[in-house]
Amino acid sequence: MGGTSDILELARDIRNMRIKVLVAKLGLDGHDRGAKVVARALKDAGMEVIYTGIRQTPEQVVETAIQEDVDVIGVSILSGAHIPLMKRLMNLLKEKRVDYIPVFLGGSIPIPDIEALHKMGVDKVFLPGTSLKEVIKYTVEAAKRKRGYREWRDLGNY
Amino acid sequence: MEGSRELLRSALNGDKRALGRLLTILESSPKKAGEVITYTLDKEPDAHVIGVTGIPGSGKSTLISKLITQYKEDNHKIAVIAIDPTSPLSRGALLGDRIRMQEHATDPSVFIRSVPTRGVKGGLSFSGVAMIEVFDYVGYDKVIVESIGVGQTDIDIMNIAHTILVVTTPGLGDDIQALKAGIMEIGDIYVLNKSDKEGAEKTYSYLEFALESYELGVKRGWTPKLIKTSALFGWGIDQLVDLIEEHYKYVLESGLYNEKIGRRRMLMLKLLSEKIFMSLLEEYFNKGIDRDILRKYDLYNASIHLIREIVEKLIKYGG
Amino acid sequence: MPKIFNKDAVKEIEEGIKRWERETLPKSLSRYPERLDRFTTLSDIEVKRVYTPADLKDHNYMEKLGLPGEYPFTRGIHATMYRGRIWTMRMFSGYGSPEDTNKRLKFLIEHGETGLSLAFDYPTLVGIDADDPMAGGEVGVCGVSVSSLRDMEIIFDGIDMGSVTTNMTINPPAPVLLAMYVATAEKQSVPYDKIGGTTQNDPLKEFIAQKSYVFPPEPSVKVAMDVIEWSVKNLPKWNPISISGYHIREAGATAVQELAFTIADGIEYVRHLINRGLDVDEFAPRLSFFFDSHINFFEEIAKFRAARRMWAYIMKEWFNAKKPRSMWMRFHTQTAGVSLTAQQPFNNIIRTTIEALAAVLGGTQSLHTNSLDEPFRVPSEFAAKIALRTQQIIAYETGVADTVDPLAGSYYVEWLTDEVEERAWRYIDRIERMGGMTEAVRRGYPQREITDASYKFQRDVEEGRRYIVGVNIFVEEEEEEIRNVPLLDINQEEIERRQVERLKKLRSERDNSAVEYSLRELKNAARRDENLMPYILEAVKKYATLGEIMNALKEVYGIWVEPPIY
Repeated sequence: MGGTSDILELARDIRNMRIKVLVAKLGLDGHDRGAKVVARALKDAGMEVIYTGIRQTPEQVVETAIQEDVDVIGVSILSGAHIPLMKRLMNLLKEKRVDYIPVFLGGSIPIPDIEALHKMGVDKVFLPGTSLKEVIKYTVEAAKRKRGYREWRDLGNY
Repeated sequence: MEGSRELLRSALNGDKRALGRLLTILESSPKKAGEVITYTLDKEPDAHVIGVTGIPGSGKSTLISKLITQYKEDNHKIAVIAIDPTSPLSRGALLGDRIRMQEHATDPSVFIRSVPTRGVKGGLSFSGVAMIEVFDYVGYDKVIVESIGVGQTDIDIMNIAHTILVVTTPGLGDDIQALKAGIMEIGDIYVLNKSDKEGAEKTYSYLEFALESYELGVKRGWTPKLIKTSALFGWGIDQLVDLIEEHYKYVLESGLYNEKIGRRRMLMLKLLSEKIFMSLLEEYFNKGIDRDILRKYDLYNASIHLIREIVEKLIKYGG
Repeated sequence: MPKIFNKDAVKEIEEGIKRWERETLPKSLSRYPERLDRFTTLSDIEVKRVYTPADLKDHNYMEKLGLPGEYPFTRGIHATMYRGRIWTMRMFSGYGSPEDTNKRLKFLIEHGETGLSLAFDYPTLVGIDADDPMAGGEVGVCGVSVSSLRDMEIIFDGIDMGSVTTNMTINPPAPVLLAMYVATAEKQSVPYDKIGGTTQNDPLKEFIAQKSYVFPPEPSVKVAMDVIEWSVKNLPKWNPISISGYHIREAGATAVQELAFTIADGIEYVRHLINRGLDVDEFAPRLSFFFDSHINFFEEIAKFRAARRMWAYIMKEWFNAKKPRSMWMRFHTQTAGVSLTAQQPFNNIIRTTIEALAAVLGGTQSLHTNSLDEPFRVPSEFAAKIALRTQQIIAYETGVADTVDPLAGSYYVEWLTDEVEERAWRYIDRIERMGGMTEAVRRGYPQREITDASYKFQRDVEEGRRYIVGVNIFVEEEEEEIRNVPLLDINQEEIERRQVERLKKLRSERDNSAVEYSLRELKNAARRDENLMPYILEAVKKYATLGEIMNALKEVYGIWVEPPIY
């Protein structure tokens, strides 16, 4: 079930990098069970997780991501309004010049919408049934990519 | 690549990305943090630092959110440092204090930052204190530091905040809780929040009595005040703001302002020294410790030997 | 009080068990070691290898079970249950624009439905208008968009509201939607005593689970009680509240927690109503409940039976109800959405079937069965039909509806019913000590319990302690074609545009000073702590919009942001 050395390496990376993740619920739906479970799993894996709660607007999510200087943004939407909401979010990230932050989306996303979401710039779409382990692995990999981006480095590396 | 100076300049010009990045630098790189702070020490500090402490469940975050609304109206620029505990085992943290302040997330004159108490056994972290310097430098004139009232943190709060609010609420177990562990000694303003709840009158009298009982005349010129609020319903917020300003006036007139700045900077130095040393100590234990050390030395001398090794390494490699 | 099993019989069995453990069991264990170290229900109740009368040795039949239709109602609230009348097969339907909904309702009525069910879109659920900035992209998606009386009039245009009953799944804005419904019926000259239906109107569970809350806990409860009080006095056929466990369960609660928190909510509401001076026998018969039916078959049945017994006890002993109807726990059930998987969706038909069977064996009054495509789209007609047929086959082919409470007397089921009840009581005691559910919610207690339970469940699944076919066992790689479908078949942007247009027109055509006046009166009534329904009715008739009414109340009551709990 994936070697223990795998897990140890992940844990070491997380500790060394001090990965920071924003978990948010966009839009009006209040089903936060999934978002909270993911937030907790990421925290148990050693990351710093900012959880904003429900009913966030794309503006709130972007501003929070900037103020908290996060490495990855995770969004959960279970209301079916993911296309217009994610479009606004991705455009806003570009506008505020923080589109080097990878964004992943979870929720009740129908398969035919995945392509459109990727085209908007959403980095990863998680369908129902994804394991927490997968989410953790992805987040670490995405954070590594983000810290490699030139735009991010230009702002001020550490 | 922007160096610290460029980042500070951008931040001064209102670039919140740069400010966010500066704060992360304070958290992750002691050396670069030092660079940043060196620049910020140039400016005369003039921010009013307000510490808000109290046990979880007292409604601190909602209260702070109401304060922000008021300060926005009065044209202040407000920064909030929300300190949340880190899980001791996994070292991860789930930072949720800003949930109750999110209505202000998009306001240009507000900046909210969550800080985990990374590995610091109670008490503030270096970065939490250093952030105050940066916020002040960049032009935030009200810096609110929110933390959980637990032991060491309270002492540290006294050294960094000009005005300290201690928040409590009716009926959280015994009212004795509110009087425990010296928390009644550190506050400038005691806030009984959620005063819409049952038992508020009783708790208020209790607190009044407790405040009178302590010989708090020792605090120069300021008698701690007690006030009732309900952040949820918006009661008492105006009066609280007035009280805070009253205290601030006292702070400025009495010379306490600069005294606190001095203490804050000393605390920052102490915390950074601790941080550097502790990380070297941990690295040493993780990698280079000689397993036979307790056979070569007695316990005391083993410790001394260890410290000497670390200091030598520090001198050699400059940290 | 005589026990069901006499002492000697029990003794003989207990000795038999000891012998069996010595002689027969070890052979079986060595040949087939048990699959797990511990077998547990979804509430972590440990399930033994075998149950016997010895597990029920203290049972007295009349005390614990009684006869159906009699206290403690464990076996059912009616004497004949489904022999007299099959449970109501109520399928939830929700549809984009008011016009679409009107068409859909007419279609259902033509096909014999008299029990209508309205689902609302998210903006309506949280009390904002279709043109509110936060409504963008969400108008008409999960249900029908209702922003004003005009929308309600369109929904019921050409439908005789006196001959149907309508279930409205709406919470904080319940008083407004009820007012709109009543005002529309009034326009059709339907007398108040013929207006029938349900409003979900259960604020406490919003803070725990569904989270479409608006005001803080206390004012939210107050408003909901206004709806109940007004209904009791004015609408004899209306069920003003559906005290819900479904959402609590879907949010991650265990069966025990679902039962406990739902009943605790009920207790809180009953107290509030009594404090207003209402007589318990006056309003109690109008209270109804809404539960989840999950996949651990026997635990769910036990839960339903325990629920009836507990509620009857509480109404009788705590609140002195005299009429048997006041002690009935009438409930609607929905099969567990959260148990369905997106992987291998046809498997969901089987899950729903088993869950539906549990609800029937548990004695539900009405039932909604989920469609197989629920996890990834608004149900297609094809899938919705299978879900309905599931109920029909159970009702008419299997014979389970031919006798009342067939599982009574099963040693396991009776033991499990007792166990679930006892654990639920512990939660309720705790909540009582805190001062009741409103206080518990304000402190975040049930929210925390649920978050812990859902995290534990997820870990159990990932670490192989809980099996889900298609997810962590019998996993298949290829995606089934059925999943490659769009979420909906409606034009959301068009619906939104039309609703926004309609609002603009409405605002220009109505008497705005009358609207303002009615909103001012409403605010004053709120400040004076009066029953808000008459004032909301006034405002609704003047075509004040949902958002305007809710905003007026927000000014008085404030808004709620939940405490950080994870």
